[in-house]
Amino acid sequence: MKILVIAEHDNLSLKPATLSTVTAALAIGQPVDVLVAGAACASVANAAAAVAGVSRVLVADHPAHAAQLAESIAALVAEIGTQYTHILAAATTTGKNLLPRVAALLDVAQISEIVAVKSADTFVRPIYAGNALATVQSDDPVKVITVRTTAFAEAASAGNAAAVEPLNVVKEQALSAFVGQQLSTSERPELTAASVVISGGRGMQSGENFVLIEKVADKLGAAIGASRAAVDAGFVPNDMQVGQTGKIVAPELYIAVGISGAIQHLAGMKDSKVIVAINKDAEAPIFQVADYGLVDDLFKVLPELAEKL
Amino acid sequence: MKILVAVKRVVDANVKVRVKADNSGVDLTNAKMAINPFCEIAVEEAIRLKEKGQADEVIVVSIGDKACHEQIRTALALGADRGIHVEAQDGLQPLAVAKLLHAIVQRESIDLVLVGKQSIDSDNNQVAQMLAALGGMPQGTFACGVEVQDGKLKVVREIDGGEQTILLSLPAVVSTDLRLNEPRYASLPNIMKAKKKPIDSLTPADLGVSVAARLRTVSVEPPPERSAGIKVASVDELITRLKTEAKVI
Repeated sequence: MKILVIAEHDNLSLKPATLSTVTAALAIGQPVDVLVAGAACASVANAAAAVAGVSRVLVADHPAHAAQLAESIAALVAEIGTQYTHILAAATTTGKNLLPRVAALLDVAQISEIVAVKSADTFVRPIYAGNALATVQSDDPVKVITVRTTAFAEAASAGNAAAVEPLNVVKEQALSAFVGQQLSTSERPELTAASVVISGGRGMQSGENFVLIEKVADKLGAAIGASRAAVDAGFVPNDMQVGQTGKIVAPELYIAVGISGAIQHLAGMKDSKVIVAINKDAEAPIFQVADYGLVDDLFKVLPELAEKL
Repeated sequence: MKILVAVKRVVDANVKVRVKADNSGVDLTNAKMAINPFCEIAVEEAIRLKEKGQADEVIVVSIGDKACHEQIRTALALGADRGIHVEAQDGLQPLAVAKLLHAIVQRESIDLVLVGKQSIDSDNNQVAQMLAALGGMPQGTFACGVEVQDGKLKVVREIDGGEQTILLSLPAVVSTDLRLNEPRYASLPNIMKAKKKPIDSLTPADLGVSVAARLRTVSVEPPPERSAGIKVASVDELITRLKTEAKVI
């Protein structure tokens, strides 16, 4: 058994998603190597070497890897991948973009968004928007896997001192080029990493009314999400969407405000530890998954919450 | 430019599926079927490129049993020019699907492949990336913007925390995300016209592709049920319970 974890990073810092992926890797076996492919990414490599359970960090540091485009990184991973029994990455937009390409280059299947490891070749993954859990077994020589990070605890990010080795494999390519990116800047925690999330739905009636949610979020240090209905209605941008087709979250506390609880939405938040639902419709399906339900007008409840918290 | 769009026949997004009692899969008996919503967005994008004069022909392909003809006809009614049906068992795995599409890309000299980012049944999100790898093509996954620019393709991608813009050489593969466009409805005259559009039938053997499964499904189970909790009477009670009972604030 030999496992490779692809580090998720922005050339500056190692993302927590990597820590969850390392936990999944350790549930499969050891040793676990971490690949850091980027440009001027030494700080990421050092952070990866400190992660508990990591045996070795491979650093492919080259300007051609700066934007981590799938065309070059997949070729790189596929080249070293045959030395491994398992290749894992977080099921983030980066991991999902990369690993199927790696799998095809290795002519093996890819197993998407596992939520549990049954054995070294058997894994559990959600299908039908989380309405069923499939246990799948692979006979491929290399198992290429993306990991749903909310299903695995984060490995300790300090205390280890794994060896850091340069990897002098560079795959330059002319197929794709990075033009630019726009990241939403917010003082709030990131949706998928927040310990408290408060989301608004169609019941919010407008984008302006989300200010009521912001006031509660400020008190709780919470991230703000939304249902697909609120996004489709144009209240808030799509990157706030919690649900099967949006972000999957599993915070300590999830507060759903004016959200009816469509299957689509529940798939994105039902693994939260404590769920609170605030909705004036006592029959809304969201109450069937909520630990605490408050049947009342959100326009009355939100200001009161903001004041009393 | 010649565009290939792949569409998958899946259970309608509004149907709540149930796991079979013997845990062999989900029960789709008599369930309403439809084009996978993400694939519908891919069809719409292809038609828009043709309407802008940037595409000459839009070919729609579906892989599965005969019933897929229904989804191919729908795409033809929306504006695709002709169809290809690859007759195979339902539920082929992504690598097999990517290999079949790769064979069609070569056979038809396709410049751009548009597919949905994932299907709402198997939720894999793999075919575009695999097809791109097999064809040595660039990939623009989770696209929310597609533009042809001087013989290249500018793709805006939805990434965690924002958007990324990349420039791809052609031929290329693009997988579509929700915000890319809002698919149109087929008009009655176009539905009638679609009945006359040609659909070719092929088999995996015709395309020289082995579609053997790589993964075995051991069992399919319902997710753990979350039971309803309690109703609180006031904001004060809610705050108290969150503090003292749930201890999350």
